[in-house]
Amino acid sequence: MRRIIAVLLENESGALSRVVGLFSQRAYNIESLTVSPTNDKTLSRMTITTDVVNHAELEQMMKQLHKLVDVLRVTELTQSAHVERELLLVKVRTVGSEAREEVKRTCDIYRGQIVDITQHLYTIQLTGVGSKLDAFVATISDASEIVEVVRSGVCGIARGDKALRG
Amino acid sequence: MEMLSGAEMVVRSLQDEGIEHIFGYPGGSVLDIYDAIFQSDKIEHYLVRHEQAAVHMADAYSRSTGKVGCVLVTAGPGATNCITGIATAYMDSIPLVVLSGQVPTFWIGDDAFQETDMIGVSRPIVKHSFSCRTAEEIPMAIKKAFYIASTGRPGPVVIELPKDVQNPLNKFPYEYPENISLRSYNPTLSGHKGQIKRAVAALVNARKPVLYVGGGAIIANASKQVLELAEKLNLPVTNTLMGLGSFPGEHKQFIGMLGMHGTYEANNSMHNADLIFSCGARFDDRVTNNVDKFCPNAKIMHIDIDPTSISKNIHADLPIVGSVEVVLQQMLDLIEETQATNDSESINAWWDQINKWRAKDCLAYKTSDTHIKPQQVIQCLYKVTKGDAIVTSDVGQHQMVAAQYYPFKEPRQWINSGGAGTMGFGLPAAMGCKIAFPDRPVVCVTGDGSIQMNIQELSTCMQYNIPLVILLLNNRSLGMVKQWQKMFYGGRQSHSYMDSVPDFVKLSEAYNHIGIKVDKIEELEPALIRAFELKDRVVFIDVAIDPEEHVYPMQIKSGSMEDMYLSKTEKTDA
Repeated sequence: MRRIIAVLLENESGALSRVVGLFSQRAYNIESLTVSPTNDKTLSRMTITTDVVNHAELEQMMKQLHKLVDVLRVTELTQSAHVERELLLVKVRTVGSEAREEVKRTCDIYRGQIVDITQHLYTIQLTGVGSKLDAFVATISDASEIVEVVRSGVCGIARGDKALRG
Repeated sequence: MEMLSGAEMVVRSLQDEGIEHIFGYPGGSVLDIYDAIFQSDKIEHYLVRHEQAAVHMADAYSRSTGKVGCVLVTAGPGATNCITGIATAYMDSIPLVVLSGQVPTFWIGDDAFQETDMIGVSRPIVKHSFSCRTAEEIPMAIKKAFYIASTGRPGPVVIELPKDVQNPLNKFPYEYPENISLRSYNPTLSGHKGQIKRAVAALVNARKPVLYVGGGAIIANASKQVLELAEKLNLPVTNTLMGLGSFPGEHKQFIGMLGMHGTYEANNSMHNADLIFSCGARFDDRVTNNVDKFCPNAKIMHIDIDPTSISKNIHADLPIVGSVEVVLQQMLDLIEETQATNDSESINAWWDQINKWRAKDCLAYKTSDTHIKPQQVIQCLYKVTKGDAIVTSDVGQHQMVAAQYYPFKEPRQWINSGGAGTMGFGLPAAMGCKIAFPDRPVVCVTGDGSIQMNIQELSTCMQYNIPLVILLLNNRSLGMVKQWQKMFYGGRQSHSYMDSVPDFVKLSEAYNHIGIKVDKIEELEPALIRAFELKDRVVFIDVAIDPEEHVYPMQIKSGSMEDMYLSKTEKTDA
């Protein structure tokens, strides 16, 4: 079961390593992890995507996260309405105007943006859920040669009134 | 405001925290702190011979008193030598603050002399850690460390102190914080009211209840509540290895330790119970045996201050997060208020059944004309000390025999490494207890393998005149390893035989202690009497015991709780 856990924690040195260490120590799986300070600079917010075998494992994982002294709040997003987004940056090599037009067209269809251009290279930015990014990468690789790909990992937030606050 | 250097702040903060004893070993990166200790008359420092022993001493000091233990070591090897000690404390939830030196901040990351990332190395085995990058941070870090170590589920906290931060030439205003609150850390002490109600209802309605009490009851000082609840409802009580002493060992409702080497009656009561009420015990694999076969008819109620311990190994039908003491008091108050009682008829029938299991007398053993049995040694120790000694132990057969044959009267009387199973714990642990309780008899029950893992501390005992009794159950082998090899490895004793056990009497004498060799059973009691009469000397009694004796009962691997070997020739029907 894929699950997204949002964690609000103290923005202090060592806090990230404690979370990462917890996952390896308890043999939990991390598919992606993103972390950054929030509008309150003393707090960081982390989004972890993980694959758990059952609800008991998820519950134990969340309890273990909450047990870390630095951690203020822990919540799971996928079990209720939520928004999840990932950022993709991909650099592709294109030769010839036809290929370049195809790349531009594909980019428009996916509502991506070309953020850097050289004579032969386009760098494209795209946001969305993971499956959309996967589909885009597959499509663009038909029209061009992929030079490199970087993905941010998932960021998530609950819809509506629910909020993770300090 | 008073101006102090970083090094002075460390010592003053410890003083202001009320620390009287500290265990450690100096070195380059903590010399400034040691200089400040030299000038303090409030803190007594004990110099060990190996840093691991310093941590075990502080740990046992804490286990026996309930206070936080404190350790000071240098960077690099000084810090890494503490790791086993910290892991031991972590597994048994013992509050410690370990201060370690570090290379100067401007060298961190350069692989400087004696640089080790102690925060990184210790991370999986601490409750929390701090690295002070400025002197001004020190008082708050120490305040937080003691608070975190001692509250909630206790545990060790490491503070790393780089050398430049201690610099005696740089002075800063000092103030020790009075109060502390952490927005991200607020342990739950009292139980949810609805759960308390449900727990009382489940408990009074149970026909075959068992009170399963662990180390959490000792940490929470909940013995009074455990006893009151057990007596009020006439409940059978079993203890985990870590819980021994939380309920009086000679009480008629005590059915013994449970688990791997638990009693026949305790393991059978668990297996056949309809309600298991765990109070500060964590369903460790040494208790449950095969979790799939664990107590098939029992509803599980579980009080634990640490939510992660609940439903980790065994699903709790009725979880209660909170301190054992507070939650049990809430339950007692509710029982009092509602005059709730259980059905004495079914409880009596349950006791009839338990007493049938008891009649098996599973701890009976055969004595021999030629060999001293380890059980005899512990029973003799119990007789001579009238059950009043603080008993520390190492790890192995002697530990299990001590747990089985010395019925502990009170909490904090039995000091052993339960979770980590650290050989070498016993001697420094006994030293820590003796420093805490100079007027009480303290004995370290040990084996010939374990004692040699921290034997250098006989030198520390000499330096500080820490008079304790070391009772060595000497079978010239790693007894528990050998027992497993005999039972499960075709008798192949791969490296479990101590080919050259030293002459412990001479060794003790080399450290100016008294050594006594006991080869015959009739020599044992006089030796023990003499040892406890000599109140100002370390007495090392080396007892030659039967090398072939095994520890029984012993659970059968992959079985349920009731599946046990009862002797070399007898086992339960699986």
